[in-house]
Amino acid sequence: MTSLPSTTTGVALGLAIDLDSCVGCHACAVACKEWNSGGHAAPLTDLDPYGAAPNGVWFNRIHSYEAGEGGDGLTVHFPRSCLHCAEPACVTVCPTGASYKRGEDGIVLVDESMCIGCKLCSWACPYGAREFDQAEGVMKKCTLCVDRIYNENLPEAERIPACVSVCPTKSRHFGDFNDPDSSVSRLTAGRGGYDLMPEMGYRPTNKYLPPRRQAPVAGALPPVEAEPAPASGFLRWLDRILSR
Amino acid sequence: MHPAYSVILFTTASGTGYGLLAFAALFSLLGRLPGDAWFLGGLVALALALIAGGLLSSTFHLGRPERAWRAFSQWRTSWLSREGVLACLSFPVALGFAAGRIFGLAGTAGLAVATIAISIATVATTAMIYASLRPIRHWHHPLVPLGYVVFAGQAGAAWLQMWQALWGRADPMVTAAAVLLPAVGLIVKLAYWRAVDTGRAASTAETATGLGRFGRVRPLDPPHTSANYLLNEMGYRVARRHAAKLRGYALALAFVVPSMLSAVALVGSPGLAATAAVVAAAAMSLGLVVERWLFFAEARHSVTLYYDAQPV
Ligand code: SF4
Ligand code: SF4
Repeated sequence: MTSLPSTTTGVALGLAIDLDSCVGCHACAVACKEWNSGGHAAPLTDLDPYGAAPNGVWFNRIHSYEAGEGGDGLTVHFPRSCLHCAEPACVTVCPTGASYKRGEDGIVLVDESMCIGCKLCSWACPYGAREFDQAEGVMKKCTLCVDRIYNENLPEAERIPACVSVCPTKSRHFGDFNDPDSSVSRLTAGRGGYDLMPEMGYRPTNKYLPPRRQAPVAGALPPVEAEPAPASGFLRWLDRILSR
Repeated sequence: MHPAYSVILFTTASGTGYGLLAFAALFSLLGRLPGDAWFLGGLVALALALIAGGLLSSTFHLGRPERAWRAFSQWRTSWLSREGVLACLSFPVALGFAAGRIFGLAGTAGLAVATIAISIATVATTAMIYASLRPIRHWHHPLVPLGYVVFAGQAGAAWLQMWQALWGRADPMVTAAAVLLPAVGLIVKLAYWRAVDTGRAASTAETATGLGRFGRVRPLDPPHTSANYLLNEMGYRVARRHAAKLRGYALALAFVVPSMLSAVALVGSPGLAATAAVVAAAAMSLGLVVERWLFFAEARHSVTLYYDAQPV
């Protein structure tokens, strides 16, 4: 049913993504692609994978931005994936019931066997989190690794989303945002975690932790170009030799 | 947004069909159309063929058309589902009205009213599929459903005038509708373009990333080197000067020219008026296809903020 769940446990599973420590390595995107190529939403089809214009389904896309000007500007790496919104219009617009939000943990999923590939849900998502599989004719999206997090065949430590498990800088955190004592809730509270496009009213579950402002380093070395060339003697000779 | 021809054809053809159906029922109620089997039966058949053709065309847009029947299930939340349900219900209602009128059965008036109501409601639900989408500012606007209904009405009036002309008939009330409705349509479309050209989205690259606190946000490295589904489907952009030119064609073909041609019936000979009515209907349908193409091509989706940071 594409009505939002009327009875919920209150659990709101999601990710807290730390933009301060993300280095833009794309490891999470690659791990996502790898796991999901064999998981719940498999396959994640690639068209023309070895050709000039490969085009495939990915659930996680890593952008890089500049924010602010000059010396005050920042370079920020920005992973973008489904935010498992509390008010997901992607679900309510679906005419078939293929899209649904789970009452037990808030995960937003697609039942591919019911999807007619009308693409309306991808239009309804402000964040571009849904990607159409042209080869299979159905819509696909992040599952929050629903096939890992409850998977009793995996050791307990691995029962987290694939993207979280591989991040080399531990910039992705997984947990229940409804539990004020969970690590993600504490991180969000402590770091001022925020919603993307709050004005859309979708109330995303995932939170982004803002980059920290770098304080200017006291007594920093002046730029190398500003260094005057040695004026005389052996050093001047050496400088000329080396500058050739 | 990518202007898919299947969807453009669907919305324009089914809109024309519902306009025609509504006017067939309305003018029958007013006693201005003959209940002749060929005239009225043919008219309703033409309208239902336009609607069925449109619906069929829309299924070409689906990834899994063989499962299209599933789309009737979620009418509680989904405008697309509601549209499908109403479209299917409109067939028995319209056929009942046509049969009642042709065979002179009791209760035909009620079915005529129902035909008018379901025609307007179906076009409005089609429009709500688009107007309910908050990420697309150009669609999430009250003038969108109003425009869909008015454009369907003016197309129905023009096609009814053409149908009458083909049967050697004319009716000043139909002519009045065919002349005046495009003028209303013109006002709605101009108001819509003014609204979307001067309006601004609340969402920007700064709110999309939350990085506005540091200053202006600009893309540095893209997440992928070739196109993907999102860019093909939602990153479509029409050049500004092409859009301006196409807006001119749409204005002329969908509104100005057909209204003037329909007015020929007031002054010209029956033969000239009939020719003018046929050309008017053809011009309007072409114009509405251009209008609908622009409705898609000029719409910008908030996901593009992540890619080019340009205002949506
Ligand atoms: S991010 Fe998009 S796809 Fe995910 S729940 Fe929100 S609206 Fe739906
Ligand atoms: S593409 Fe599939 S999941 Fe999305 S709205 Fe259409 S039927 Fe539902």
